[in-house]
Amino acid sequence: MAERSFKAEVEHLRLGDGQTFTGEGILAITKALLENGVGYVGGYQGAPISHLMDVLADAEDLMSELGVRFEANASEAAAAAMLAASVHYPIRGAVTFKGPVGVNVASDALANLSSSGVTGGALIIVGEDYGEGSSIMQERSHAFAMKSQFWLLDPRPNLPSIVKAVGDGFELSEASNTPVMLMVRIRACHVTGQFETRTNKRPPLTVRDALSNPQRNVARIVLPPMSYAQEHDKIDNRWPAAQAYIREHRLNEVFGPKEAPVGIVCQGGMYNGVIRALQRLGLADLHGNSQVPLYVLNVTYPIVPEEFTEFCAGKGAVLIVEEGQPEFIEQHLSTHILRGGMSVKLHGKDIFPMAGEYTGKVMFDAIDAFLRQTAPEMLPAQILAPNEPAPQIPDLSKTVPVRPPGFCTGCPERPIFAAMKLVQKELGEHQISADIGCHLFASLPPFNIGGATMGYGLGPASNAAFDGGGEKRPISVIGDGGFWHNGLSSSFGNMMFNKSDGVAVVVDNFYSAATGGQDILSSRAKNPTKATNNPISKALKGIGIDWVRQVDRTYDVAHMRDVLREALTTDAPGPRVIVASSECMLNKQRREKPQRAKAIREGRRVEAPRFGVDESVCTGDHACIRLSGCPSLSLKRLDDPLRDDPVAAIDQTCVGCGNCGEVAEAAVLCPSFYEARVVHNPSGFEARVDGWRQRLIGWLSRRRAARRLSFEEVSA
Amino acid sequence: MTLAVSHFTPESRQDGIIKLAAMAVGGQGGGVLTGWIESVARAQGYAVQATSVAGVAQRTGATIYYVEMAPRGAQAPVFSLAPSAGDVDILIAAEMMEVGRSILRGFVTPDCTTLIGSTHRSLAVSEKMAPGDGIADADEVRAAAEVAARQLVLADFEGVAVRAGSVISASLFGALAGSGALPFPRSAFEDAIRAGGKGVEASLRAFAAGFDVAQAGVEPARPGDQRPPADPAPRGPARLLADWQALQTRLTALPAPVQQMARAGLRKVVDFQDTAYGAVYLDRLERVQAADSAAQGWELSRQGAKYIANAMAYDDIIRVADAKTRPERLARIRAEMGASGVMHLTEFTHPRAEEVVSLLPARLGRWINARPRLLGWIDRRVNKGRRLRTDRLLPFLQLHLLASMKGWRLRSLRHADEAAHLDRWLDIALRHAATDYALGVEVLKARRLIKGYSDTHARGLGKFDRVMDGAARVAGRDDAADWTRRLVTAALQDEEGTALDGALRTIDSFTAKAG
Repeated sequence: MAERSFKAEVEHLRLGDGQTFTGEGILAITKALLENGVGYVGGYQGAPISHLMDVLADAEDLMSELGVRFEANASEAAAAAMLAASVHYPIRGAVTFKGPVGVNVASDALANLSSSGVTGGALIIVGEDYGEGSSIMQERSHAFAMKSQFWLLDPRPNLPSIVKAVGDGFELSEASNTPVMLMVRIRACHVTGQFETRTNKRPPLTVRDALSNPQRNVARIVLPPMSYAQEHDKIDNRWPAAQAYIREHRLNEVFGPKEAPVGIVCQGGMYNGVIRALQRLGLADLHGNSQVPLYVLNVTYPIVPEEFTEFCAGKGAVLIVEEGQPEFIEQHLSTHILRGGMSVKLHGKDIFPMAGEYTGKVMFDAIDAFLRQTAPEMLPAQILAPNEPAPQIPDLSKTVPVRPPGFCTGCPERPIFAAMKLVQKELGEHQISADIGCHLFASLPPFNIGGATMGYGLGPASNAAFDGGGEKRPISVIGDGGFWHNGLSSSFGNMMFNKSDGVAVVVDNFYSAATGGQDILSSRAKNPTKATNNPISKALKGIGIDWVRQVDRTYDVAHMRDVLREALTTDAPGPRVIVASSECMLNKQRREKPQRAKAIREGRRVEAPRFGVDESVCTGDHACIRLSGCPSLSLKRLDDPLRDDPVAAIDQTCVGCGNCGEVAEAAVLCPSFYEARVVHNPSGFEARVDGWRQRLIGWLSRRRAARRLSFEEVSA
Repeated sequence: MTLAVSHFTPESRQDGIIKLAAMAVGGQGGGVLTGWIESVARAQGYAVQATSVAGVAQRTGATIYYVEMAPRGAQAPVFSLAPSAGDVDILIAAEMMEVGRSILRGFVTPDCTTLIGSTHRSLAVSEKMAPGDGIADADEVRAAAEVAARQLVLADFEGVAVRAGSVISASLFGALAGSGALPFPRSAFEDAIRAGGKGVEASLRAFAAGFDVAQAGVEPARPGDQRPPADPAPRGPARLLADWQALQTRLTALPAPVQQMARAGLRKVVDFQDTAYGAVYLDRLERVQAADSAAQGWELSRQGAKYIANAMAYDDIIRVADAKTRPERLARIRAEMGASGVMHLTEFTHPRAEEVVSLLPARLGRWINARPRLLGWIDRRVNKGRRLRTDRLLPFLQLHLLASMKGWRLRSLRHADEAAHLDRWLDIALRHAATDYALGVEVLKARRLIKGYSDTHARGLGKFDRVMDGAARVAGRDDAADWTRRLVTAALQDEEGTALDGALRTIDSFTAKAG
């Protein structure tokens, strides 16, 4: 079960003709798929489309009513491979994952799919993780469309346009026998708005029906000689068919006056930013009525040169607004201008920065510069006049600390890395590789553990060069999500086959946690539609790895440290794998908190643990924080002139995971920590015994207090 | 080519569009706040668009939510998906450094921005992990906010929410309503909360409190800071009170600027041991005072009063056991945890042979310490994590008895070591002070480096020794005090002492040249 439930929102997916949908972009995409008679959907979670997978999972009942098959695929490669159903059958299929990393993983299947060509509409919905808030390397998915010759939609970022693009994508795919990628950027995935709905449509041919009547088309098999023919088919038939469809159905849009000295060509996704810049320059109104002509590419691949030529007619200069690098569209259009001997002056990355997000400021500055350079007469006097001097705002760049993401309160991964830090104190620093997932936060302060990240499920594989071993053993870390995504074969198969001397730690938190807590094969939850409860250690044994240590409570820091030490020093032949299992605290709290509250209400006995720090014992060195970084473990300045440094303090968000105490004990830090476990609804006997104890303890401590000078302000 | 250009107003704000950004720390409920804002605007006849950045930033990182709205008309407005520097009407920052970040990113400008910020702190890891005081300066952010914002609402909205039994999103929503920055009536905001349907009553309480606070505008920084420190008379047996009175008389003979610190110091050492120990404290302090003068503002004595007390009240097992068995401690924990009935209490301790041996008589302790095999044998028996359930009688008695060893303390090896160390340090400080007053003061302040238990304590001592060594090397130079102060600052920057090493190397470079 995922971190966020869309059960309530999923009801909106039943809306019919002429009704109004209000909500988030990803939910709108789901609705659009159903309106367009999709036959099967799949995908792999990852920001910014994690919630799309969650919506689909929560909408499974509705989809099965319509005869739509849903799969939570094992990886993006599996999701893309699923589109094979549209190769031979006239069934519409859609899969989703993040770009460009998900597209990297899927690229093998996508290349084959593109070569085969499709019969039914095949749609790949990619959440392009680029710009602020992104968690991955900054690249463009655009290049994949170019190399494999599939089409790329980049609609204007509002709900009606995105919804329309889903339908257009299927039609375009079928008209040109080519898969289509629909790209939505980070913020467009989460943008809210409204659109008018249509009634959901059952697929004309369901996947069940197709199974009853198998079909195959030899021309679509990727083997010579067909593969040679397929390359020509792409260029000779599918490409022109796509261009014709785009032109005929006006998938790209032109706004603004017919005649103007200059114009702007932009990706659909950039449209709102362009309009905002024009609004601020006094050249567009709130509703997007612009005085500068705009040619909006809702399809960014392929380009339709005729449309561009028409747009350029009578203009002295055009500006290409294309985010990211390299500037594929601009290069394409430059070639077109040169070959056609056109006179229009082309601007783009000469004014815009080559790298980085086109933020509001970048967009404003670039369009302002373009107009000053090419058509200053269009700019209002107010803009052309020099700015009033702005008041000097104090520089805070040295004051404000960075706030990178980190482990949540009570996270079970924290003690694993605390233990690793302790082991490294004993045995020296080690070569440590990391993977993708929450555990990668360990590479940031306070842990500073691990360097390379080569991809999902590739943590142990990225230590392969060190597999031969040496004086010290290489350590790699991988999550349970990465393990099932690709890790079992690419990392552990690789380690085993090559007789690795290394140590791998599998961080098993029962979910694909970083992407929002989706279930995976080894999840402990009972999931009615998925097979869970398949232990990772069993899979490891299955591929011949004998040295496997299962740790069932990662919070036991001393044990965790001892197991790590054993793995690093044992004479047993490698590879050595530690499966460190404890449930993701975010998900655990979400699951248990309501249950606990209910139990307390019903009068059942419940123990509620929370940690505290004796401020008179804490000396303010913060060694505990350097082994934790827990959000609930913070600092407090004391009202004592004798103390210089703030002391540790634990706030009421503590979930009592135990890490503080375990770390203090294992690292021999200090005796400041205590755990207070409030017992709700104790039994009568328990309460009585406790009463006797407390009276005796109270008497002893008060007796001593009475014999000394007491400086406490309030008597106890 | 000519074109009849009829310009739109460059100030598109006049179209009624309102741009609102909310900066939060992951987990603060920024999504809920955004949802309410959307809902109130939509109900008031506005077209609204909201966006957020999900992904890993939501795991405790800095996150940003963005809302645009404009009166609904026949044609749909075109909204931007991200805030732009210099173009934000309302900026809500759910934490003080996020207030700073919003200013730093240019989202707060004097021409248009209403800034609603919470002054509470949620410390970043980099602030928390420094061995010294790494907490960022909130006053700088406050000063910048006063310059940068057109309208400023600044208060502890976290505190407001917690007192109302709710979370900060509700009190900030109240502050937004109270600021008057949105053209909607209060009831419309409250309706949005009711429509949300979850924890409505608590949210409305926090909303109301936030509303009232916002109407007051800017809450002054840390009220009550000017309050003089509490100085209650101690309670206890008459004999001890008489002893205390005698100490008080000696205290009042000290120069006035020293008294406040000396009073705190005296209380600390008497609380640590007894009144006789307090007299020893005053002896030491008077020795410092004799080397000091009013002309220097009694700075040496003030620092002496502070650090001699800290040095004398060292952190041994007896002190810890005493602190953990006092009646007021249990009361405090109960209040903090909201426990009225049964509460289990577990203490996490990890004694080592060193701590045990340090409690023995000085000579015996030294004898054992000189025999590593014997020490190792003892260590194997005691060195392990011990959890004491001090709500139970026997574990409590263990600590209670340990605390009763106070009378023995002054004969222990630990005390002998601490006293010798203290006298050595004091001698050096006073020797320096005779020729370079400021250096003497800085050497006293270096005592700050000694803190913690076991390894942490050893590391602190190591840093202290290196700083003292550095101070000796720069002694005689005009900037000796300045360098010593820099060494202490460097030593508090990181655990390993990397910054300190760097500073010492710099000293090496110029002392070598000079030599």
